[in-house]
Amino acid sequence: MGVGRRMQKQGAPEPLSEEHYASLKRKKGIAADAFLPEAPNKKPRIRPKKPLKGAKGQEKPNAKGAAPKPAAKAAKPKKAPAIGSDDDEFGASDLDDVDPMDGVTLGDDFLDSGDDDDSVYDSDQDRPKGSKESKKEAFVFSDDEDDNEDREEKLTAANIEGLSQKLDKKLAEEAAENEAELREAALQTNIAGDTPNILGDDDDDDELAAKKTLLAPDLQMLRTRITETIRVLEDFSNLAEEGQSRVEYTNQLLKDFCAYYGYNEFLAEKLINLFPAREAFAFFEANESPRPVVIRTNTLRTHRRDLAQALINRGVTLEPVGKWSKVGLQVFDTNVPLGATPEYLAGHYILQAASSFLPVMALCPQENERVLDMAAAPGGKTSHMAALMKNTGCIFANDPSKKRAKGLIGNIHRLGARNVIVCNYDAREFPRVMGGFDRVLLDAPCSGTGVIAKDPTVKTNRDEKDFQVLPHTQKQLLLAAIDSVNHASKTGGYLVYSTCSVAVEENEQVVAYALSRRPNVKLVETGLPFGKEGFTSFMGKDFPQSMKMTRRFYPHLYNVDGFFVAKFQKIGPTPANAVMATKDKNNQAKPRSVIEVENEAADKTPIKEDGEEEGEFEAFAEEEDQEYILRAKRNAMRRRGLDPRALKKPPTERKPRDAEMSDAVSDAVSDAETPEKGKKATPAKEAKDVQMPDAGTPEKGKKSKKAKASKPVADESKDVEMSDAGAPKKGKGKAEKADKKIVDKKVDEAKEVKTSGPKVPNKGWSKEGKNRKKNKDKDVEMS
Amino acid sequence: MRPLVESETKIVFDKLANYLSDLKGLIAPLDDGDRYVFRLNHSRVYYVRLSIANLATSISRDQLLSLGTCLGKLTKSGKFRLHITALPILAEHARYKIWVKENGAQPFLYGSNVVKAHIGRWSEDCPEHSGCVVYSMSDVPLGFGVTSRSTADCRRLDPTGIVCFRQADCGEYLRDEDTLFSGGA
Repeated sequence: MGVGRRMQKQGAPEPLSEEHYASLKRKKGIAADAFLPEAPNKKPRIRPKKPLKGAKGQEKPNAKGAAPKPAAKAAKPKKAPAIGSDDDEFGASDLDDVDPMDGVTLGDDFLDSGDDDDSVYDSDQDRPKGSKESKKEAFVFSDDEDDNEDREEKLTAANIEGLSQKLDKKLAEEAAENEAELREAALQTNIAGDTPNILGDDDDDDELAAKKTLLAPDLQMLRTRITETIRVLEDFSNLAEEGQSRVEYTNQLLKDFCAYYGYNEFLAEKLINLFPAREAFAFFEANESPRPVVIRTNTLRTHRRDLAQALINRGVTLEPVGKWSKVGLQVFDTNVPLGATPEYLAGHYILQAASSFLPVMALCPQENERVLDMAAAPGGKTSHMAALMKNTGCIFANDPSKKRAKGLIGNIHRLGARNVIVCNYDAREFPRVMGGFDRVLLDAPCSGTGVIAKDPTVKTNRDEKDFQVLPHTQKQLLLAAIDSVNHASKTGGYLVYSTCSVAVEENEQVVAYALSRRPNVKLVETGLPFGKEGFTSFMGKDFPQSMKMTRRFYPHLYNVDGFFVAKFQKIGPTPANAVMATKDKNNQAKPRSVIEVENEAADKTPIKEDGEEEGEFEAFAEEEDQEYILRAKRNAMRRRGLDPRALKKPPTERKPRDAEMSDAVSDAVSDAETPEKGKKATPAKEAKDVQMPDAGTPEKGKKSKKAKASKPVADESKDVEMSDAGAPKKGKGKAEKADKKIVDKKVDEAKEVKTSGPKVPNKGWSKEGKNRKKNKDKDVEMS
Repeated sequence: MRPLVESETKIVFDKLANYLSDLKGLIAPLDDGDRYVFRLNHSRVYYVRLSIANLATSISRDQLLSLGTCLGKLTKSGKFRLHITALPILAEHARYKIWVKENGAQPFLYGSNVVKAHIGRWSEDCPEHSGCVVYSMSDVPLGFGVTSRSTADCRRLDPTGIVCFRQADCGEYLRDEDTLFSGGA
């Protein structure tokens, strides 16, 4: 490690001499060998030391000590009375050492000298970088030794009484002085001059204030100012300064909180508005220290008692987290890394915050139920539910992020939950993917204002936009969750909404929104044994009385992370015209209550739009579309080197079919279609050959279609499709990739066989109406 | 997600037979009429109840990440590799077991093979190169491996000799957490 700083600066300590031990013995009252120490040599050194000591000026006692010391030195012959003056610095220790009742034997502190700690300074500035002697001189300790030595020699039985009386007097004087000081200070705080100082500072020079903001904040001063302001606010009528309103004090408090704790003003204001001033202080203070580490026993693999025993054997100090949980263990201290013990790897426990037990306890999933966890990563709550359900039933653990889902899968497997299906949807898709769950847990993503202790960046990162965007998502998620619950479930029909935030926008407002938009849900008791009730009115916003059944948790009250839990029960199916019920239906504006309007007014981003969008669109303009489709097809063919004119072959109707013509056409079509399906020309040709003889035979249109369908064309199952869809339509929708040669051949053959080909009117291409519709249908079918 | 094809089933069962005494126990019908089945998704084999597998059919293949218990992965060369996640199933029906002492549990969890000095006790009739499940002295399954020699030969081994080659251990939940499970990045 090398030589320490003290060694470098001060050099080796001087060797202990006999006189040192002698003096110690004397202090203890043990007879020491009488011999003259080198005191006379040391004395001259003492005097130059005094100014140094005075210059340090760190502690008052020092200065006091320095003053009486020259006095003591001067009054050496009168050491007995002078001993009292030395007590300023060494009073306590001397008293201890002077105790005449001490036994003869050496105690454990035999080597201790009186006043050590105060006298060892570490500040390099004060230490003179000079000779070794001067460095040694910096030791207050050795100096005082000499004084004590001289004085204590004179301490005898005769002196003791007088000396102790003097000591008592001195102590009494000091005590009186201290009291007087305190009284003065107390008087000062009651003087009007104190409280204005809180606000007065800001009225001073702007320059000074500006300079102050650039400097690092004086934390001590801020803290005292905070406590003073809180005191004033609590007893405003008595302690407030004349002419100052509450608002000014509150603003001062806000600014002080921001400066002292490092919050941005927006968030600090939000949090201050949640509590009375003193509680706000406690809340901010609690956010500075971490919450205790808690682990949850995995009841699928072990019991809490066994786990506790095993961990204690490994050197972990723990105890049950509280009466409210049968599976939680709070860890105070640990020798081993908790996340790597064999018990952890075997899946006997998981590191989980105590507040995360609460939503699952509220939801209380039963065995053989189907449960959905909409935002499941990293899997603590999911595995908790699996443990409560004893691996029966089925849990759908969804998480929108694939990365986080890895950790989720890991935890699920490690903890041995076998009834879990992990999926990766955006949770808002949920009733569409699957619905009818007995219970749903929605632990929504939030701003994290309750877990500032874990993540201090929240103090500065959160701004107004976050508190608009996040509640919007949360509301959508909550509606989706409500729609995924099965109201007719025999054992369930419950939904728990929870966040790790204390902000009203993300908690009560979201719940109130859901209640207003889904009249078929209601709030029920969470069943949690502790927690504060949710707000029923906050800063002008009113919430339904049932909000009292929700629960808020605060770090300064329960020593858990800030949390919010609300439990719903679904009592009926979702009404057909509900907001975001399904995407097809238009949203009708229901007659809205004042609460709803207020909520919406507060919620700046409108949410109802989703259904309305479809109303805004017109119906498809089919005729125009056909032109574009046709043009695109021709372009596509040209790009591929095919002849677009192939599309111009005269189309035929589906029903009144000219049998032969239709055959030929369908052949052509099927040929055209086969390349479209990616088959080679040759198999198409073969198919054609197979079909050709059929073309020869006179068949009715409809029959031909079916015959084609039934023909055992080599692997041309697709032809069946095509002929179904495309037969009468000819090449309009299908013949994009018509092979020119084949088509030509076909055409020739067709012409040989049929005569009516060219005569068939050119329907479908130029006309609108029936054909158009058919085309469109076929297009749809083909694709 | 789809059920396993004949060939795949054979491969999986061959692997499992190494470790298990009785394969029928895996797929035997349960009391409530349900039974366990094997499903394949993205080349991973999952062992899950039939009722749960049926529910999972409504989830599209790309979105389905895991199902019941993942047994392992069918590699591109057609072999089946058992993962540590299969441990609970192996431990339930294990045929050959090895118990390691407390001082031997840590090295095993860190990824080394089981040495004779660390063995607390073992099953008697273990042949050579057969699958065995490794337990701690408190009967907690730690992983599984392949025996290096038969039990009789092991007795004659010196204390630093390897008794069991580690195939998978619980420490992989930490070491390989990135690669063990399907997912995106």
